[in-house]
Amino acid sequence: MTADRKLRLLVGKVGLDGHDRGAKIIARAFRDAGFEVIYTGLHQTPEMVVATAIQEDVDAVSLSILSGAHNYLFPRVIELLKERGASDIAVFGGGIIPDEDLAGLKAAGVLAIFTPGTSTEDVVAWVRANVAPRTLG
Amino acid sequence: MKRTRSSWERDTLAAALRKAPERDVAFTTVSDLPIERLYTSDDLEPGWDESEKLGYPGEFPYTRGIHPTMHRGRLWTMRQFAGFGSAADTNERFRYLLEHGQTGLSTAFDLPTLMGRDSDDAMARGEVGKEGVAVDTLEDMEILFGGIPLDQVSTSMTINAPAAVVFCMYLAVAERQGVPFAKLSGTLQNDILKEYIAQKEWIYPPRPSMRIITDLMAFCAREVPLWNTISISGYHIREAGSTAVQELAFTLADGIAYVEAGRAAGLDVDAFAPRLSYFFNSHNDFFEEIAKLRAGRRIWAHVMRDRFGAKNPRSWMMRFHTQTAGCSLTAQQPLNNVARVTIQALAAVLGGTQSLHTDSFDEALALPSQEAVTVALRTQQVIAEESGVTNTIDPLGGSYFVEALTDRVERDAMAYIEKIDEMGGMIAAIERGFPQKEIADASYHYQRQVDRGEKTIVGVNKHAVGETRRVDILKIDDEVERAQLARLAAVRARRDNAKLTRDLDALRRAAESGENLIPPMLACVRDYGSVQEISQALVPVFGTYREVSVL
Repeated sequence: MTADRKLRLLVGKVGLDGHDRGAKIIARAFRDAGFEVIYTGLHQTPEMVVATAIQEDVDAVSLSILSGAHNYLFPRVIELLKERGASDIAVFGGGIIPDEDLAGLKAAGVLAIFTPGTSTEDVVAWVRANVAPRTLG
Repeated sequence: MKRTRSSWERDTLAAALRKAPERDVAFTTVSDLPIERLYTSDDLEPGWDESEKLGYPGEFPYTRGIHPTMHRGRLWTMRQFAGFGSAADTNERFRYLLEHGQTGLSTAFDLPTLMGRDSDDAMARGEVGKEGVAVDTLEDMEILFGGIPLDQVSTSMTINAPAAVVFCMYLAVAERQGVPFAKLSGTLQNDILKEYIAQKEWIYPPRPSMRIITDLMAFCAREVPLWNTISISGYHIREAGSTAVQELAFTLADGIAYVEAGRAAGLDVDAFAPRLSYFFNSHNDFFEEIAKLRAGRRIWAHVMRDRFGAKNPRSWMMRFHTQTAGCSLTAQQPLNNVARVTIQALAAVLGGTQSLHTDSFDEALALPSQEAVTVALRTQQVIAEESGVTNTIDPLGGSYFVEALTDRVERDAMAYIEKIDEMGGMIAAIERGFPQKEIADASYHYQRQVDRGEKTIVGVNKHAVGETRRVDILKIDDEVERAQLARLAAVRARRDNAKLTRDLDALRRAAESGENLIPPMLACVRDYGSVQEISQALVPVFGTYREVSVL
């Protein structure tokens, strides 16, 4: 697989949170930017998201969380990726995340959190700069 | 000499435009409806007839308002939505709001409750008490409404998929307080169709969900006559990114589906239609919102009288609650949200709302703090008691612009409603993903406009400053989840589980036989069955729902 292949990104909604406006917008913006997008649909468990990520060979997992459960869900996904030997899959996300939780999420391994008001262009630019196609070994 | 529009354009406007062009080549609403430079009587439809289009307040087609005196007679109900943490925390917030002049309660439930899941379900991890109050069994409702006499408040409960279960819990609390059902007043959101369209909190597929709703309508028509059985909600449709026209059209199409379901279940339209109410969003585009609300009243009046043959004028009236647009609030420069909320609240009032929730300025950051909630309520009080806008009825009626825009919104909404009728009604349209796709398209279109700076969000894509977000926000302690799990376990250990099993069996049999589900559901609730246990008892008969995701 060549390094200049298209990036494959998973856009996920975990937990019971049904607010999918942001997830759908970012999924379309990624698609329009030329990435391959796998959208999980709603009400996924962390286990389901991780299984999909591995099965689909994605380069990054992005989660949209507006329920307040981010401090549980992000670390849980990262932990499960690690357990499955896939910790090279980048994890980032967005949603309504209070400032004081950002440091903890970063420490848990979340590469970036985009909060309301971020333009889709900025997120796309960040992905281009920070997510590389994985070399599958 | 009589001045005409064309002579004005020739003699006065042209020179001004040569000297200084307008700020933009085209002006549009936030939903992208085109707005003209000037509106005159020429912009009203040929033959525009005031008596047909507007009528008088309290009379068909209610364009100017459903009451003869509107806000001169009685102000709208100031109803702030609240619910967080434990039932005891929310009970305390309720009593605080009642002491500060709020006139109705409005309950927010947490996500697990909204999805019909108990606090100890695996999917509930991390979400218990986060976005609203956790209710598992009757015991939680007893705490939630403790010390609040249910015959003296009107209570709105924002819950949909398990609405009937939670409503039964409210009835059981009333029984324990010795309050007769006939004295209960309030509103159950209970609008499952917009869940499939926008908010995405469901348990069963659409068709069996409609059965529960018609059972509830029949039960309330008999036993709880003052209760508003469905609050047909455009709010979430708008929050999901729809335009104003889509919000109105899809919501009215949902309303039409409920009326059709009620009639198909053998109910007389005038027996239940007076207890249907609406719930709309009020967004930033001031006149578009007012036009939407005025157009909505007119469409509903015609639909109910002419399409469904309702005889009771109360069936023709579109009564509604309004909430300001959470999705318009910004995390950046959060105090700017006070200005947004004021404009939106004013639009709701001028649009003739019956009740109003004003959002708190910190809502883009987290759940509202006490200070922010108070400012939001005070905003309504300033509009009501200082601004003077309540001194006359429908003050914008007869404005060429507002009437032309009202007519435009009505026409565009009717085009959607007709399209949905052609698909076989809203349930069929939902099954095809039609409203979901229209909203996703509108939402992406708007986001692109914001990204390109074609639509302005002050403090975000214009007038932004290096950001420091510093407001005190409310955080829900994880302790809430732990305490809730302990309480639920204690209830499960204490109750008569054998009796509950028989109740749940009886409920399932009622689902199979077609008898009204509410009485057997009430029996389950009285014996402390949980929201999830009662909801799941119906799954073998009704099935579950999985969305086909449309991007």
